This record gives sequence, structure tokens and C-alpha cells, in this order.
Amino acid sequence: MNLAQGSIGGNTGLNIGIFLVFVAITLVVVFRASKNTKTAADYYAGGHAFTGPQNGIAISGDYLSAASFLGIAGAIALYGYDGFLYSIGFLVAWLVALLLVAELLRNTGKYTMGDVLAFRMRQRPVRAAAATSTLVVSFFYLLAQMAAAGLLVALLLGVTDKGGQAVVITIVGLLMITYVLIGGMKGTTWVQIIKAALLITGAAVITVWVLTKYGLNLSGLLGAAADAHPKGDQILNPGLQYGTDGTSKLNFLSLGLALVLGTAGLPHILMRFYTVPTAKEARRSVVWAIWLIGIFYLFTLVLGFGAAAIVGRDKIAKADPGGNAAAPMLADALGGSFLLGIISAIAFATILAVVAGLTITASASFAHDIYANIIKKGEVDDKDAEVRVARRTAVVIGILAIGGGIAANGQNVAFLVALAFAVAASANLPTILYSLFWKRFNTSGALWSIYGGLIVCVGLIVFSPAVSGNSKAMFPGADFDWFPLSNPGIVSIPVSFLLGWIGTVLSKEHDQKKYAEMEVRSLTGIGAEKAVGH
Amino acid sequence: MTTTEQKPDWEEVQASPDFVLLRRRLRRFVFPMAGLFLVWYLLYVLLADYAPGFMSTRLFGNINIGLVFGLLQFVSTFVITMLYVRHANKNLDPVAEKIRNEVESRGEEK
Repeated sequence: MNLAQGSIGGNTGLNIGIFLVFVAITLVVVFRASKNTKTAADYYAGGHAFTGPQNGIAISGDYLSAASFLGIAGAIALYGYDGFLYSIGFLVAWLVALLLVAELLRNTGKYTMGDVLAFRMRQRPVRAAAATSTLVVSFFYLLAQMAAAGLLVALLLGVTDKGGQAVVITIVGLLMITYVLIGGMKGTTWVQIIKAALLITGAAVITVWVLTKYGLNLSGLLGAAADAHPKGDQILNPGLQYGTDGTSKLNFLSLGLALVLGTAGLPHILMRFYTVPTAKEARRSVVWAIWLIGIFYLFTLVLGFGAAAIVGRDKIAKADPGGNAAAPMLADALGGSFLLGIISAIAFATILAVVAGLTITASASFAHDIYANIIKKGEVDDKDAEVRVARRTAVVIGILAIGGGIAANGQNVAFLVALAFAVAASANLPTILYSLFWKRFNTSGALWSIYGGLIVCVGLIVFSPAVSGNSKAMFPGADFDWFPLSNPGIVSIPVSFLLGWIGTVLSKEHDQKKYAEMEVRSLTGIGAEKAVGH
Repeated sequence: MTTTEQKPDWEEVQASPDFVLLRRRLRRFVFPMAGLFLVWYLLYVLLADYAPGFMSTRLFGNINIGLVFGLLQFVSTFVITMLYVRHANKNLDPVAEKIRNEVESRGEEK
């Protein structure tokens, strides 16, 4: 995803108008949600009062970011089958969350990943580590979304100068801060629900439209896409994007690993499991999310090949070499400027909702883990103080995201998202799994795994071809790319698991009583479920 | 977490037959299933990565093995999800609820 080469036209006024309607409706919803957002549980977890289906829709809203909507459809339009591979990793990953993480996490924590780790380990060091990796992952993910906002305005509104794009990034950032400050988790969740409904409906309409054009025959659509594509039949086969040489094949394997193991370590996804009252509802939310996300990715398959067949690869690549224009251009070709306006507005809404979700996660982690439990040692006198700190943190993170987004504008968006997944899979997932399932695991193991995974993962990225050594890199002039893969997961994930094990056996710390309590609570929901009635 | 709660003896609960049963039922389902879907997914990624010729074999019309294999990943994800939900509702939830009720009522009696 490089900087867009040109706008794809459409009616700019209409695009903005539809987007403003979305903003107006969601603001009303957020204001209404704010009336009963008072305590920390309200602000961080929507009072644990959402139902499984509501939360499941919100999870899909959080997860289906602009990168997956525009990016995957675009990748399929340009590279065919290889784009489809992405969506499979993104979906299968949810089984890790369903089988191993969601319910146990719901039963052992309150608001953050740090809660789970701190249960039977030394509070302050593990909370600091959990907050560090949460902030790093959230920040990379935020940068990616903000950079995508810049790209999108260039594409859809024809704002091509950097100054104009910076203004739009700032507006997106300010709106997001407003949502988070006013609505807390409750308001943010409703924004996700509305956005997910719009996104999935929009994609469904275009999918049916495309399929109807080809007599509801997938094979016919694929044939038309292949005929229109310069590479012909090759787009129906794997290998067009990743099959060029040994390194690119290994790179793909590494990416596949990070995708499937990263999802259950993404902090803004983990935090969503706390918005429901019980583990059973957490399970229902993941089931809803899996169905919605799965069906959505099936739609993107049709959207991508539909764009290749109807719009044509060359036109899409000319608008944006990264292919992000594929879905909007398809909408334009089918339904004219009105449908384009709707899809553009949905794309903006997507970015807005995802950045709001990330900001609330990062601010919760700072206020709950660092402020309340490390600085104040778990004894915050004033009950409102923690929420006040969380709100201030949200403002700071929002401003950082605006600044970072303006700086990252024009950077490779897919790379930033893949980076967030790789860091989540390396720094978070091993610790979460060890903590929930391994009796012997301890503070030392957690610290080795989180910091080790984080350092190895980010370190390998710094020395990868994504950062230096070629014309597409972040610093094309510099040359220190001694690590050949731009996706570090294949090395950093096993290393993090190994470090967690080494760190654990090197330390004598082992609290049998605490582990018994954690295991019983995590499997039965004692305490966690009853607290709801109070 | 709750206000009424007397500290239960967690190690005693952990050693109780009900809890041992609950843990065994959970782990005997989720560990093999997690292994299964990861291997199945990796098989798919490796085939797409290193055996593109096989994956490109046409089955009918423009539908090739790769596409069917990919769609089967969706199917397997949906199926595993449904199997797990059925297992949890039938075999996990009742035991968890029984333990929870016992522990929480014991806490209130004291």
C-alpha cells in the first residue's frame, strides 16, 4: 500500500454527506450511552452488561478494520488467490480465541490483560510488562489505521496534498477522542455495532449484485476475472504474490503464523471479552464473531474477483498500487456515485470505530495497570481518579495517534498491521497461554516471554527489508537489512515460547495456592459471575 | 471479587472429583482440537506455498483444488465452533455450575 496515485472520483459532497450522517447518528448513541458511564467498570467494560450477540457484532466491528476490508479485496483484485490466503489466517485465528482464551480470560480478569497475569504473579513487574506490550501493539495498530485514513481521503475525496490529508487525519483523531471520552467502552461498543452492521450489509449487497451479474455462478465470475486480468488464469492459483522465490515463500509462511496466533493476543480484542457478564456470554460472542467474520471474508472473495472482472486490474492499480481502491471502485461501477458514497462512508466509519476501540484499550491499560496498580499500588483513594486518568490518557494517546498518523501517512499500511499482529503473537499470546494452562509458570517466565518476544520481534523488523535496503522500504536510502524476511513471526513466536519456558525454570517462584485459585476460578467462573448481580 | 465470599479452600476445590472431571473434559477437547486445526491450517498454508501446482489442479469449471481447500478452512472453522459450543453446553457448563453453586453457598453459610 503506497501513496495513492490519484482519486477515483465520485461525488465528493455526497461521500462527505453520508459520512456526516454516520457521525451524527453515532454521536447521539454515544451521548445516550454516556448517561450511565460512571464507574471504572462502565468506562472500561461497558458495565460488563453487553449480551454475547451484541459483543460478537462489536468484535467483528473491531476486527474488520480498513486493512481487512479494503486491503483484502484489493489484494484479491490484484493478485487473485494469494489475497484470499490472508482472510483464511484472519478467520482460523478465532479458534485460538474460542477454544483457549476467551472464557478463561473472562473469568480471571476484570479489564485488561495485565489482570490475568497479575492474578498469581508479582503484580508490579508483570503489569508493567503487559502494559508495555499493550501500548506497543495498540500504537502500531493505531498508526496503521490513521495512515489508512490519509490514504483513503486521497483516494475518495481527491485530497492529494499532504496538508489536506493531515487535516482529515486530525478530524478523525478528534472525533475518536470525543467518542472515547464521552461514551467510554459502552459508547465505543455501540459505534462498533453500528459500523459492523453497515459494513457487513454493504459488502453483502455488492456481493449479491456481483454474483447476480454472473448468474450466481462463482466459476463464471472467476473465469471473467481471469479473462480480464493480464496474468490470466494465474490469478486463480496460489503463488502470484508470494511464490516468486524461496524467501518470499518463507515470508508468507511467517505471515500465516503471525496471523493465526496474533489475533488472540491483540489487546483491543482481549478487552472486548470483559464487556459481557459471564464466560458463557464470552463464548457466545466469539461464536457470533466467527460467523460474521467468516461470512464477511467470503464476501471479500467475491468483491475482489468482482473488482478484477468488472473494473479491471490495471485501473485499480493505477488508482492505488496497493489495490485499496478495488472495493470502492467496484461500488462505483455497479451502483454509481451513490453506492460509492455509501461504501466510502463505511470505510471511514470503519477506521473511526477501530481507532476508538484501540484508544480505549491503550488508555485502560495505562490507567488500570500502570496508574492504579503500579503507581498507586492498588490503593486509589478516590474512586473516580482511575477513570479520570484513563480519560486523560485517551486524550494523550489520541494526540499521539494524530501526530504519528500524519508522520506515517504514505507508509505501508499492511506492513504496520502485520507488525502489530507479529508483536501480539510474540509478546502476548505465549504468556497468556502459559498463564492459563501451565501450573509452573511464574513472574520470571512472563517477563522473559513478554519483553523477549517484544525485543526480538521489533528488532527483527528493524533489520528487515521492510525498513531498509530497497526502494519500497521505510528508509530506502539506508541499508541494514540483514534479516531477510519482513514478517518476523516464524522466528520471534517460537523464541518467545522458549524464553517463557527458560525464564520459568530459572526461577524458584511458585505459588501453588494462587494457581489453585486461578484455575478453579478460570474454569468455573466463581466470583466473576456472581459479581454481576451486585 | 464478591463481597459475601468467605475464602474457599481453593486447593480443596481443585482436588475435588468434580473439578478434576471438569478440567479433564475441557482439556481433552480443546487441546486435541487446537492441535488439529493448527495442523490443518499449516497443511493448507504449506501446500499453497510449496505445492502450487497441486493446488492449481482444476476440479470443475474454474474451481481448483486450492479454492476448495480454502473454502474447506472456512467450513472446518464453522464446524469446530459448533462442536465446541455443543461440548461446552452439554459437558462443561453443568459441572462448572455445580461447583460454582457449591462453593458460593458454602461461602455464605459461614
